[in-house]
Amino acid sequence: MIIVVCVKQIPDPATPGALDSATNALKRDGKLILDESDGYGVEMALQLVTTAGSGEVMVVSMAPNGEMSGMRTALAMGAAKGVLVSDPALAGSDALTTAKILAAAIQKMGAVDLIIAATESSDGYTGTVPEQIAELLGMPSITFAKKVEVSGTTLKVNRQSEAGYDEVECQLPALISVTAGVVEPRYPSFKGIMAAKSKPVETFTASDLGVTPTGWAGAGQKIVSVTQAEARQAGDVVEDDGTAFEKIVVFLENLKVI
Amino acid sequence: MTINNIWVFAQANSDVPTTGTLELLAKARAIGASVTAFVGGDATAIAGALGEHGATKVYATGDLAGKLSGPAVSGAMKAIIDGGDTPNVIMFPQNYEGRDIMSRLSVKLDRTVLTNNTDIAESADGVIATTPIFGGNSLVATAFTGSGPHLVSFRPKSFVAESAGGAAAPVVAAPIPDLGIAGSAKVLAVHVEASSGPKLDEAAIVVSGGRGLGEAGKYSLVEELATLLKGAPGASRAIVDAGWVPYSYQVGQTGKVVKPTVYIAAGISGATQHMVGMKGSKNIIAINKDKEAPIFGVADLGIVGDVHKVLPQLIELLKSRG
Repeated sequence: MIIVVCVKQIPDPATPGALDSATNALKRDGKLILDESDGYGVEMALQLVTTAGSGEVMVVSMAPNGEMSGMRTALAMGAAKGVLVSDPALAGSDALTTAKILAAAIQKMGAVDLIIAATESSDGYTGTVPEQIAELLGMPSITFAKKVEVSGTTLKVNRQSEAGYDEVECQLPALISVTAGVVEPRYPSFKGIMAAKSKPVETFTASDLGVTPTGWAGAGQKIVSVTQAEARQAGDVVEDDGTAFEKIVVFLENLKVI
Repeated sequence: MTINNIWVFAQANSDVPTTGTLELLAKARAIGASVTAFVGGDATAIAGALGEHGATKVYATGDLAGKLSGPAVSGAMKAIIDGGDTPNVIMFPQNYEGRDIMSRLSVKLDRTVLTNNTDIAESADGVIATTPIFGGNSLVATAFTGSGPHLVSFRPKSFVAESAGGAAAPVVAAPIPDLGIAGSAKVLAVHVEASSGPKLDEAAIVVSGGRGLGEAGKYSLVEELATLLKGAPGASRAIVDAGWVPYSYQVGQTGKVVKPTVYIAAGISGATQHMVGMKGSKNIIAINKDKEAPIFGVADLGIVGDVHKVLPQLIELLKSRG
């Protein structure tokens, strides 16, 4: 079973985000890490290949600046190889261009049974790229997967819904987006980290893939302003001296909700 | 550009349009000359309510027959557009169905998408959508630069639903075209997770728990308090990811947006992801051990204390009052 996982390398969410003063885009010039949301997809892929008994997991990513440290994390977890689309011309690309790039890159990776992505990235969270890739490749897709099973060429997914979940089925090849918590991502072992350094990563530019226009020019959108939202004022903060619960009750009484 | 023709992707539960649908219709009629609702399913029962809220036409695909709405509804929309009815703007709710449909349609039309918005307006720069970032501390206004249809989605509660007193809208069939292999996924069964009490995104009081509860078993304190206050229990992403409670409990960027009269955050530090979903609450009470926790920056009443002490005391006192 051949699985491609789409992964995004993002600025470390532990450090506060900032916007580039010239473009108003999120700054991505520092070290990028594997988006935590993508760990679930990589783990899911590794487990599915193990269950299938044969096959391999590949990862694909797009980054304007050649960064691949986040991708190495996925390789250290056990993915066999990676494809990176890197091109300064990609800076500012919208979700649709990103999907076009990833779909074109996946087509260069040969026959694929399953494509896995997170439901959305943790930095831009547009949340449309997986379904856009499926449409570009003319594939069935099941988004918001919270349980995934493959038997033969049949894919069965429990898909998150507003009220609970739906059981959805289709034939491979297909695409799924997986929710956080669908599986427990493994930590890369020391051996895995060492092995990842020598795993093959193929790189393409946007023009290698024949996708134009890209970046700001292809985005179909432009940021016109960034303003501060009205800040919410903090109220009283008190240390609990054993009677804080009474303060809560008084607060609720004053609002006439109890 | 003037917004002459605006569509709203409309959803219903048990033959009643969702609140989110009515919110979008209210905004659509404020900015667009003519409002059309697009329903993935049968619209006979809801055409009256959609008309009352401002739709003057309803497109309906008819029963999806187990097809996923992403390919099916986007296919039907594309067919109508190809047939000559081209909207300037299509508004979608930021939820599972809305996201899937707008994604597929964006490829079919080769148009960009703007998601997670809380407002839309027309200006000299064209149609502009506004989205909050960095936990709602900044607002980014983005203009569509190409030609329409502009595809744009909105977070729940961005607008206020309001009746326009309109007449029932005529329903026009929007058949689902042959979708080929891309539309071949089938829904085999639908499971509804049992819940009692008010819905999380409609409750007047929400009590949410986070990592500070320490272990899954302690979440019962949150549920008990929510029940006593006739409210709904919620959760931070951290404990949903940890598997303590189902995803449907999640408040935040990737969960529900809530704006209750009172929001009680118990053992929640206030990650950006969470704040986005609850900062619009009218009153916020936070209980957390760490006095530096960001949640105190938005709380009207902040208690620096142990949830394992404060919650049981609060529950006992409320019980004794009957």
